[in-house]
Amino acid sequence: MTTEGKIYLYPVWLRIWHALNALGILVLIYTGLNMQFAKPGFELIRFDLAVTLHNYAGIIVSISYLMFFIGNMITSNKKFYRIKPKGLRKRLFKQARYYVYGMFKNEAPPYPISEKRKFNPIQKYTYVAVMYLLVPVIIITGIALLFPELIIEEAYNMSGIFLTALLHAIIGFFISIFLIIHLYFATIGKKPTSNFKSIVTGWH
Amino acid sequence: MRVSQLRLSLLLIFLASFALNLKADNDCLRCHSNQTHTIYNEWTERNEKRLMNPYFILDSLRIKAGVHGSFKCIDCHSSDYETYPHQGDLKLEPLSTCIDCHGGDENFADYKFEQIEEEFKKSTHARALGDQFTCSKCHNQHYYQAKARTSENVKDIVKSSNEMCLSCHDDSPRYQLVSESQSPKLIETHNWLPNQKLHFENVRCIECHTEVLDSLMVSHNILPKEKALKLCVECHTSDSHLNASLYKYKNIQARSQKGAVGNILSNKSYVIGAYQNEILNLLSILIFLGVITGVIVHTFFRIIKK
Repeated sequence: MTTEGKIYLYPVWLRIWHALNALGILVLIYTGLNMQFAKPGFELIRFDLAVTLHNYAGIIVSISYLMFFIGNMITSNKKFYRIKPKGLRKRLFKQARYYVYGMFKNEAPPYPISEKRKFNPIQKYTYVAVMYLLVPVIIITGIALLFPELIIEEAYNMSGIFLTALLHAIIGFFISIFLIIHLYFATIGKKPTSNFKSIVTGWH
Repeated sequence: MRVSQLRLSLLLIFLASFALNLKADNDCLRCHSNQTHTIYNEWTERNEKRLMNPYFILDSLRIKAGVHGSFKCIDCHSSDYETYPHQGDLKLEPLSTCIDCHGGDENFADYKFEQIEEEFKKSTHARALGDQFTCSKCHNQHYYQAKARTSENVKDIVKSSNEMCLSCHDDSPRYQLVSESQSPKLIETHNWLPNQKLHFENVRCIECHTEVLDSLMVSHNILPKEKALKLCVECHTSDSHLNASLYKYKNIQARSQKGAVGNILSNKSYVIGAYQNEILNLLSILIFLGVITGVIVHTFFRIIKK
């Protein structure tokens, strides 16, 4: 589907998921940071409110993840996430070289966006790692922390809840880092705002 | 030959004293650990089985496990109790208070009984109820165990500590033994607390309801309810209030036994916000700064190469 040389890349369900996910994750990072680093006299938001909001946002993001997961199973969107190990390193290197060198020499992008290729190799494998590794683990540990009676009490002389919370916080940190990089790379489009418009309208 | 005879006689003396001791307690507990007791009624001239007053039924196993487990009943109660039926006025016999035995005794110096008494006198219990409120209102002299010092398990410490408070605050007859007012409804008055059940199972009432003193293991100055801690981040922060209260003994022990690193590795509890690992915090700041620097440098080149 194309109009005026534009490609329709992001179907409605995907955009709804993305918006829910984005808002949810912003709330989760803000409240999560507050829970981890609050002090008497320094709170970004009242602690108990942060806990409640974090719980609700966590549940919303988990449900929206399910939407993404099922959507990717039953629609053609799954093809963009298929892993092809052959020549992977070479492709990643080529894309990385473009970002640190080629794009400043006005070289053409090695993997331009087309209807068949929504993501460049770096983008694709980062998304796969985040969506199929980090997010599921943070959801599982999050559910466990919502129902701490499910967690084994002690493992290797350490509290099960402590280990779960530690893993939850570490992955939360990496997802926050991903968000910064994701937002920055989104500014690398025809214009710095083009990609942001695309994810709202669906047209690239 | 002589040595073995001596050994044998010592063993016999030991067994005999043990048996006598057991017998003395068993005589009391034969009735006082049962739901019923048999009494010879001189009026009807026959044995009659009666129900034991539930407040006078004791758990012999818990007595043995308690700090006074080696005591005979008549160490504290009048020896006149050895005759049965007991004389009615014995019930009014004044019993020793804790300080009568523990005060000024070098063996218990570590427990600081005198300071405990001073702190207790400032507490809302002592102010409102005076001498009526004795140590044994909280510390059941029959079963008491010094859990805050001896237990390895924090949940165990919490449970036994909270049971002391709940023995009156969740028991109308006992509450009204000292107060004319109605017992406050605990669940309702603590409704503001998120995850109430988790808090009740994992921290002690006294965490918020006492003034913590560095010099005492367990604070005894129970504050009036208006002065209770109500700010989440007093505990949910790196310098958590719990480190000075619930985890105090554990922290002192851990520091002397395992050092600071061992203390982190053997973390058996988790409080949101209270756990801060310096290495992880530093790593996360470095990664964050690295990413921000990368973004700034890349943006800079994008602008000048445009």
